[in-house]
Amino acid sequence: MSTLTSAHSLWTLAADTPAGRIPAPVIEYAQLAPTLIVVGAAVVGILVEAFVPRRSRYYVQVFLAFAALASAFAAVVGLAAGGYGSTKAHIAAMGAIAVDGPALFLQGTILLASVVAVFTFAERRLDPAAHGNRVDSFAAQAASVPGSDSEKAAVKAGFSTTEVFPLALFAIAGMLIFPAANDLLTLFIALEVFSLPLYLLCAVARRQRLMSQEAAVKYFLLGAFSSAFLLFGIALLYGYAGSMSYAVIADVVDGTITKIDPALAGTMGNDVLLLMGGALILTGLLFKVGAVPFHMWTPDVYQGAPTPVTGFMAAATKVAAFGALLRLLYVVLPGLRWDWRPVMWAVAIVTMLAGAVIAVTQTDVKRLLAYSSVAHAGFILAGVIATSAEGVQSVLFYLAAYSFGTIGAFAVVTLVRDAGGEATHLSKWAGLGRRSPLTAAVFAVFLLAFAGIPLTSGFTGKFAVFSAAAQGGAGVLVVIGVLSSAIAAFFYIRVIVLMFFSEPKADGPTVAVPSPLTMTTIAVGVAVTLVLGLAPQYFLDLAGQASTFVR
Amino acid sequence: MENLIALLIAAPLLGAVVLLCGGRRLDRTGHWIGTLLAAVSFGIGVALFADMLGRSADDRTLTQNLYTWIPVEGFQADMAFQLDQLSMTFVLLISGVGTLIHVYSIGYMEHDERRRRFFGYLNLFVAAMLLLVLADNFLLLYFGWEGVGLASYLLIGFWQHKPSAATAAKKAFLVNRVGDMGLSIAIMLMFTTFGTFAFGPVFGAVGEASEGMLTAIGLMLLLAACGKSAQVPLQSWLGDAMEGPTPVSALIHAATMVTAGVYLIVRSGAVFNAAPDAQLVVVVVGAVTLLFGAIVGCAKDDIKKALAGSTMSQIGYMILAAGLGPIGYVFAIMHLVTHGFFKAGLFLGAGSVMHGMNDEVDMRKYGALRKYMPVTFVTFGLGYLAIIGFPGLSGFFSKDMIIEAAFAKGGTEGWILGGVTLLGAGITAFYMTRVMLLTFFGEKRWQPDAQGHEPHPHESPKSMTIPMVILAFGSVFAGAFFEIGERFLTWLEPVTGYEHGNPPVSAMTVTAATMVMLLAGVGIAWGMYGRRPVPVLAPRGSFLTRAARRDLYQDDFNHVVLVRGGEHLTRSLVYVDHSLVDGVVNGTAASVGGLSGRLRKLQNGYARSYAVSMFGGTAILIAATLLMRAV
Repeated sequence: MSTLTSAHSLWTLAADTPAGRIPAPVIEYAQLAPTLIVVGAAVVGILVEAFVPRRSRYYVQVFLAFAALASAFAAVVGLAAGGYGSTKAHIAAMGAIAVDGPALFLQGTILLASVVAVFTFAERRLDPAAHGNRVDSFAAQAASVPGSDSEKAAVKAGFSTTEVFPLALFAIAGMLIFPAANDLLTLFIALEVFSLPLYLLCAVARRQRLMSQEAAVKYFLLGAFSSAFLLFGIALLYGYAGSMSYAVIADVVDGTITKIDPALAGTMGNDVLLLMGGALILTGLLFKVGAVPFHMWTPDVYQGAPTPVTGFMAAATKVAAFGALLRLLYVVLPGLRWDWRPVMWAVAIVTMLAGAVIAVTQTDVKRLLAYSSVAHAGFILAGVIATSAEGVQSVLFYLAAYSFGTIGAFAVVTLVRDAGGEATHLSKWAGLGRRSPLTAAVFAVFLLAFAGIPLTSGFTGKFAVFSAAAQGGAGVLVVIGVLSSAIAAFFYIRVIVLMFFSEPKADGPTVAVPSPLTMTTIAVGVAVTLVLGLAPQYFLDLAGQASTFVR
Repeated sequence: MENLIALLIAAPLLGAVVLLCGGRRLDRTGHWIGTLLAAVSFGIGVALFADMLGRSADDRTLTQNLYTWIPVEGFQADMAFQLDQLSMTFVLLISGVGTLIHVYSIGYMEHDERRRRFFGYLNLFVAAMLLLVLADNFLLLYFGWEGVGLASYLLIGFWQHKPSAATAAKKAFLVNRVGDMGLSIAIMLMFTTFGTFAFGPVFGAVGEASEGMLTAIGLMLLLAACGKSAQVPLQSWLGDAMEGPTPVSALIHAATMVTAGVYLIVRSGAVFNAAPDAQLVVVVVGAVTLLFGAIVGCAKDDIKKALAGSTMSQIGYMILAAGLGPIGYVFAIMHLVTHGFFKAGLFLGAGSVMHGMNDEVDMRKYGALRKYMPVTFVTFGLGYLAIIGFPGLSGFFSKDMIIEAAFAKGGTEGWILGGVTLLGAGITAFYMTRVMLLTFFGEKRWQPDAQGHEPHPHESPKSMTIPMVILAFGSVFAGAFFEIGERFLTWLEPVTGYEHGNPPVSAMTVTAATMVMLLAGVGIAWGMYGRRPVPVLAPRGSFLTRAARRDLYQDDFNHVVLVRGGEHLTRSLVYVDHSLVDGVVNGTAASVGGLSGRLRKLQNGYARSYAVSMFGGTAILIAATLLMRAV
């Protein structure tokens, strides 16, 4: 505050140097390799759709997606090993993209989560074969009207929407840039790059297509709405600082930059623009993380989207969006933290409580998990608010722990099926533990982790987040967080009770035997949940080393 | 040498792991593995003992710190062992008698198809018991304490197909929980008072604590000792524990585990020395149990239960001696060791008799067995002479020292305690003579068993008789060996401390009085069971006999006071829980549910409503941000 007011008196000098020659852009390709690999693979994927025969497309696409994600992850590891997460952290691509600890950690998390998510995309053994062709979770032909003859013909011909793989790769590419974006324009472009494919992915469910399309339209409308807020906020911030660059805006906020762009003399340094712009950008990001009151799309979209997409979205979007939120608050607006902290406090509290409370009366597994993700967004916000290295560390750890558990949980949801596809109504899960003890036990592990029971990753994550928040002086927030956890524990454990201590129904669902793909996803989810719960120290240290933003 | 200490425990522990995890493929060799590993432990014990003798008396304590078990700031527990003369005594007793009983069990359990598992449990017991006596802090001791409790539970209930065995195991477990609670509370009190629970620092800092606190710690330790050593009021489980296989009764419920309470009190001598009130309670408990066990032992017709009563009574002697303070510690341990020999021998003898008599335990259906089982008769007879304190045998020396020490307590107390111990000696002579006469003398009173098989008593196999013979040697000579030249006193004194008491009567008088009581006891028993034929069906008996048969109504007392009382307490708690606690909890849950149902309605499915919510949220966010600045 004081620096700001003192800064105003200094803004008297006009910019005297005219714009010089435009420098030739320098792009550090090697440091951007993770993103470039994924984008490249996505483009190749489009070509595959165009040129590879329909029969072999599935295999080529799965292989391509997997190879791209794996090599991108290898590139991330290579960069981290090369010191780009710590000593060599810097800003690449002409100030557009940061290569630093948080960016690499989040990119690694997104890539690994995407690998297991893509495995569930590729699953083709859950539904019975239609006309001798194995089918996955996606519509035979997304463009045909549900229930129409064209749809039937497509099913009969054994079509499948293999476009989902390049779409997912595009989304992943956007997500990789999102937390690394170092100027507002890149941030916006990354947001759109990962949002648009997600809207499409939501619309292509094989079963209950109308619901899927409804979800996609809602997601698109509300997403566009929130993008508008974000864009408006970007405009206001530009008006305030005269630059899109995070570093420059931060300097203007701090008062270290005192020159005023003559073209913006009327608005630059106007705090109302800063505050409104900051709030509007926050709105856009809070929409993506699903914080109350911007969460209302989550249950509808989570329920309607094909379940593999839901898992992917719930995990990877959240990681990317929280990454961007962290960078915005820690790099751009730290000088403003006395302004945004109380507001974010309120958002975190409302998010935790509303997510937990509304989940109590849910009757659909996917909606339940959606509200649970809202509550988790609130817990993570508590760590964000800490504004300390521990806060960043705890959020990074929480995101890693949460994303694998979430993808695993949604993968289990895809297994429980009846004649109409996935049986997501909770009443159908009664007595599942009697019929399929292993499946129910695995789901119980995920639920216990979400509830934050010790020896699971959820406990470690919650503990880290809450202790960071408490050290940051947010004691009240921690108390409310623990109370919400208690409410949340109720509905998680209610599902466990339902699965293990209720009589199975006569016409209950069956548990499909998945291919090794989904099994791997679930096994990785369980393994991460238990390892991060039993021996979290290595990963906490890793997140701790990765907790410094470059500016 | 100190590096060998952990091996003492590791050998039987390895045996337990191998035997319990090894599966059926070890069924044919398992008993040998178990016995061998127990013997290895004994061998290491002997080596350590020889090494210890080679060093001067004040340089005999070895310590080994394996690793820090619980490394929390301000709460350090080490996996550390301490081997001093007291621990050494126990190590030799546990591993020595343990090995003999392993050997014995090879024969005794020959026809049991779960023999491998039995040896696994025995090894587990030996390991846990060694951990108990080798621990250098109370927390590790507690670990061993629970370990022997577990082994005891598993072995009492070993024949789990018998409901009585399962019930007995459960009873032993539950009663022991009460005592274990005492030990854990004692450890917590120590930690709050001294900030540590390692032996050295705690005993060194006793002077800094208030006497009230020390009394509390002492009483809690005593509670623990009562549970493990079957002392009044936690005595009720020992008689039922005889449901376990006889080698178990010999090893765990006679020679070793039940003496853990004595070890605990002697080990914590520094605490008790500074808490005279606690010591007084210890002495009272010992005295009461001494008579209680002896009286129960007089009336039982089941040979093992009679011996169990005797065990209780003998441990009463030890607890009493331990409660006397430095004048009694050494004698408590000395009696413990000699008792280990003769009581284990007696139990093995009883097992041998049962082995020959189709597992019959009712002594009224024995008689005249001396001709059929000469080795058992002789070894059992020597054990018998030792326990009643026949001059020159083990029990004579060790018990005599306790009686003298009791008199030496001084004042009225001394007279009362001396009187009780003397009376106890007389009753011991009575009930042991009764056992002897009913079993080996008189006429055959054998009955066919439930399947109609006539018993054909025969001598047991070598694997059973050899351990009995070795133990008989111990019963005969151990006391004299310890006493001549005060060897045992010199050995143990550096650890436990010793004070020579001054009895108001001379040692000769005490010995003479003991002899009179002994003769009286033997004489009365002869009059009742030797001269007259013994009826196969027990006569109704006097009120005292009937009471003693029912263990002096211990179970009835427990039922009325504890079970009924507990039921009433839980019922009232359940009422409070239902009406008050649940009311609050359910009320909260209902309000959360109601709120949830209302909030859910906001989620109406219309994108326009969602957009309004977002718009409103953004407006509030901006307003709040601006407001923050304005304030």
